[in-house]
Amino acid sequence: MRGDPRSMTVLSPRSAAEAVRSLAENAGALPLAGGTDLMVVWNLGLLNGKVVVDLSRVGEWKKISVAKNAVRIGSLVTHSEIQRHAVIRARFPLLVQACSVVGAAQIQNRGTLGGNIANASPAGDTFPPLAVYEAVVHCVGPDGKRVLPIDMFFAGVKKTNLKPGELIEAIELPVPATAPSRAAFRKVGTRAAQSISKTMFAGLLWLKKDGTVADARLSFGSLAPTVKRLRSAERLLAGRRLDAATAAAAAAVLTDDVSPIDDIRSTRDYRLEVSRNLLVQFLEGRKR
Amino acid sequence: MALMANVGKSVLRREGPEKLTGRALYLDDHAIPGCWHGVTVRSTIPSGRVKAVRFDPSFPWKECAIVTARDIPGKNVVTLIEPDQPLLADGVVRHREEPILLIAHPDRATAYEAAKRVTVEYEPLPAALTLEDSLALKNKIFKDDNVFKSYLIEKGDLAAGFAQADFVVEGEYRSPAQEQAYIENNAIAAWEEDGVMVVSGSLQCPYYVVKALKALLGRDETKVRVIQTVTGGGFGGKEEYPSMIAGHAALLALKAGRPVKIVYDRHEDMAATTKRHPCVVRQKVGLKKDGTLVAQDIDVLMDGGAYATLSSVVLSRGTLHAAGAYTCPNVRVRSRAMATNTPPNGAFRGFGAPQTLFAAELHWEKIADVLGIDSLTLKRKNLFQLGSVTATGQILRESVGAQECLDVVLKRSKYAAKRKEYDRWNKDRGNPTWRGIGLAIAHHGAGFTGSGEVYLASRAGVAITRDAKIFVLAASTEIGQGTNTMFAQVAADAIGVPFDWLTVETPDTHKVPDSGPTVASRTCMVVGGLVRRAALQLKAALEAEHGRVPKTPSDLKKAAATLCAGKAARRFEVEYEKPPEVNWDDKTYMGDAYGCYSYAAFAADLEIDKATYEVRVRKVTTAQDVGKALNPTLCEGQIIGGTTQGLGWALLEEPVYKDGVMINAQLTNYIIPTSLDTPPFDVTIVERPYSRGPFGAKGVGELPMDVPAPAVAAAIKHATGRLMTVFPFTPERIAEALS
Amino acid sequence: MITLTVNGRKKKFAGAPFTRLIDALREEFRLTGTKEGCGEGECGACTVLLDGEPVNSCLIPACSADGRRIETVESLGTPEKLSRLQESFLVCGGAQCGICTPGMLMSAHSHLKAGGKTDDESVRTALAGNLCRCTGYQDIVKSVIGAAKKGAKRK
Repeated sequence: MRGDPRSMTVLSPRSAAEAVRSLAENAGALPLAGGTDLMVVWNLGLLNGKVVVDLSRVGEWKKISVAKNAVRIGSLVTHSEIQRHAVIRARFPLLVQACSVVGAAQIQNRGTLGGNIANASPAGDTFPPLAVYEAVVHCVGPDGKRVLPIDMFFAGVKKTNLKPGELIEAIELPVPATAPSRAAFRKVGTRAAQSISKTMFAGLLWLKKDGTVADARLSFGSLAPTVKRLRSAERLLAGRRLDAATAAAAAAVLTDDVSPIDDIRSTRDYRLEVSRNLLVQFLEGRKR
Repeated sequence: MALMANVGKSVLRREGPEKLTGRALYLDDHAIPGCWHGVTVRSTIPSGRVKAVRFDPSFPWKECAIVTARDIPGKNVVTLIEPDQPLLADGVVRHREEPILLIAHPDRATAYEAAKRVTVEYEPLPAALTLEDSLALKNKIFKDDNVFKSYLIEKGDLAAGFAQADFVVEGEYRSPAQEQAYIENNAIAAWEEDGVMVVSGSLQCPYYVVKALKALLGRDETKVRVIQTVTGGGFGGKEEYPSMIAGHAALLALKAGRPVKIVYDRHEDMAATTKRHPCVVRQKVGLKKDGTLVAQDIDVLMDGGAYATLSSVVLSRGTLHAAGAYTCPNVRVRSRAMATNTPPNGAFRGFGAPQTLFAAELHWEKIADVLGIDSLTLKRKNLFQLGSVTATGQILRESVGAQECLDVVLKRSKYAAKRKEYDRWNKDRGNPTWRGIGLAIAHHGAGFTGSGEVYLASRAGVAITRDAKIFVLAASTEIGQGTNTMFAQVAADAIGVPFDWLTVETPDTHKVPDSGPTVASRTCMVVGGLVRRAALQLKAALEAEHGRVPKTPSDLKKAAATLCAGKAARRFEVEYEKPPEVNWDDKTYMGDAYGCYSYAAFAADLEIDKATYEVRVRKVTTAQDVGKALNPTLCEGQIIGGTTQGLGWALLEEPVYKDGVMINAQLTNYIIPTSLDTPPFDVTIVERPYSRGPFGAKGVGELPMDVPAPAVAAAIKHATGRLMTVFPFTPERIAEALS
Repeated sequence: MITLTVNGRKKKFAGAPFTRLIDALREEFRLTGTKEGCGEGECGACTVLLDGEPVNSCLIPACSADGRRIETVESLGTPEKLSRLQESFLVCGGAQCGICTPGMLMSAHSHLKAGGKTDDESVRTALAGNLCRCTGYQDIVKSVIGAAKKGAKRK
């Protein structure tokens, strides 16, 4: 309630091209998607006097398009819309689960996938699924279009590798060649709903007929400045049988890729212990 | 009209339709023409001298009204108990968020901007930020020893008691602070009208505000008027802090020459206003080998923050409940409330009792381990019954429902069977969770302590107007608990007329007498009792004039005309009368601490995830003896709501302090339960009527807060084998306890 | 100039485009039923329906809602004629202090209108974005399920 609306300059582009132009012409302007992050800061009175580019009329970025080997989600698609989409539900269930635990219904009805990744919180709920689905971020700016794989998108706490003037137009999820043998998402938050995660896991496993690991994609959020793939553990798992020893070995190299901290929500020790437990559970094929 | 046509029934909430349709007007909903917005500039250090206050010259200060301590016409004190808290810091600050100066402006955003353009320069002084700091006198905040208040209760012969003991068990228990988190933030408006300072807003105790404004402005009560607006929750958090805000708004209104409203946002409300007192309790208990209590030596330490506010009374209630609902012949309770350089703590539902009862109850689990006898058997052996003598020597002569509540809970929760079942469950290492069921029992005194009600001398009334309306006149506020409905029920049944014939007057201090504050579980038992007595006087007058009480609206019209005899209204007002059998000695702190007690038994059935240590409460079973449920739905609502706050305190809520201020001062990081965090509640209302309560009613508001935390702790012990004595029982704490 | 359809009526908003929807509703249109509890999107007291979906109006600038349909608690019923849902809240004790109630009703109303499931967990999930400090939620859930049952009977 501390924001001063009269101090704001609002630009309302009606197309993607206009949106890019507006941003290019106003250095330091703030793109506004669903507003569920920006407006919290604005309510503290910290954004008075800024220029805002309201993207709510850029229809092109609200579409979900399905191709044979990829689904392209417009950056302004909301968490609720993602949950309702039949193909995303079938092909990318972990993303649907993540969207269902972002805040609560009111936030999911406004918050967008593009806004979520642009905000680049270390605890972004959709990031571990995007990481294991190896999403690709389509950006557009004054210098044209660019594609950033998700593991090159985040730069640090609330920092992305978007160039000045660049906006996100879509997030593309390639459909895996074969369906994974196992998939899981688990968020451990501060309470049962409307919570910020203390740790968050997404995992996909492809197993050969003989039960050994063909491919593993494992990701944790909230354990580092950005979402992380567990490259060490993934390398270790290749070709191995998933028994208790393998699971323990994978858990032991967790810290090769993540660096949890003590903060207002939780502790390093708790995050590490619980994350190891979640990883072991997944690898041992247990739901809990 | 039959007796009890309304009392005992779930009559629909009086003001329900307005609240349900968005028509009820909370303070910020009122259109106040010409009203300016007030904001507060607060200290950013915990202890120091104010060297200078600078105003950014580029800001249009001419458009603002600015108030400092210099502008106070009367005393710069928030009048409550001790005269130690200034309304505005005058040269010295003793806690972060302490108000220093006030600004009002016609536009809200500009007012907030103005506050940013004030720079305060400090000379930092030593700060005592913790109880340990305070005891070590790192900074002398209050008198010479930082002790706001201390109490000593001594019953019997402690040394002799311990000499008889076969076992002596010691333990230390720590309860955290807790934020009330009412969903409506504090909000008050003030304006001068015909020489009267009118204050309106979200508050629990209109006459507390009157008292504070009188001293602040140097006026008598005819020149001060306080009106409560519809209030979105209080839980104690709006017991005394509104006096501070009212003073701020009044001073700004005087300076600006126009109405001013101050509406806090969530961050400011959480960071600056009062919280539950954090508390450390040491228990040392002596027992015979069969589990009989022979000695209790209890030490209570509370953190009051920088100013005394209500600490002496919170400590009092905590002290008086510290021994638990158990009989022991030899008892000593020593208690102290200390000053620290943190925002002052204050009232929160339970008011000291939840903290000391946590220790008293949970200690039985430790005793059980030492004696090799289960805690239920031990508790039953020593639990209060009719005729028991309390730690202050009070004989419980009537209305003791403790054993009955326990029996109901044991049966409905299947406690004994679950204890065995979960023992088996926990032995199986393959299970994904640990399970436990834990029990707690508590008592809670209704009304002000000891001589408190006598000191308050509360008054309530009933009036019949010339145009045939019947009003209930009381200063007790409706803050969600059902005051308006309950008063109308009580008065209607006392007179013998339909519920709809009663109107409960708005708590406006120019219209209603001082019924005392809306706190201490006294609204039904004490003020309801006054309302009933006043209503009986109206009934007698009606019967005297017309032979009977009116039966139809036209009867009522005739009766009103007769009784009013040309005047606008005829009023019947009564004052509190202490029951002659209630005797308390303030000097020795012995005797009848409260007229009576309510009782609660509670079983928490929970499981803990082995991978994440998250606790899920699967079921709550509780039975609570409230004397008489005047309105069962409202009564049950109080029990479930209070229980949920208690579960939040036990498992989720923790104000995190850094450099003397709460750093998680928003709802994102101060975690209260959502609809997905609460279990099914099985609630049984037990009624052991109290002869001095209206229709037998005792108190219910605070009792539910006393039992969840120790029951959850006992259940965690059952589940994991670990006795955890510091809470909230977050997954992090549980993980650490089990490592 | 921003156009909003509020409770079925077209309204023009000439204030600053970045005015929050909650402030436009409360201060410009004097629809004070919608409440502000936190300004962070946590408490849900500010919940209104935007094109039929519950949202936190404290996080939406008016320009984002231009041309769209808004429903507030004032659209559900009046003290003289409560809606079925409001009546159920009254009977089941779903409102105590009442400050969370408008937002709670909008979330519940939207859930029921969309044919949402009426088992305990589904209702609790639908209401998870509305914090209540008074009731402990049980009577609220009872109120919503009760209203759904009554509605089902009428069909």
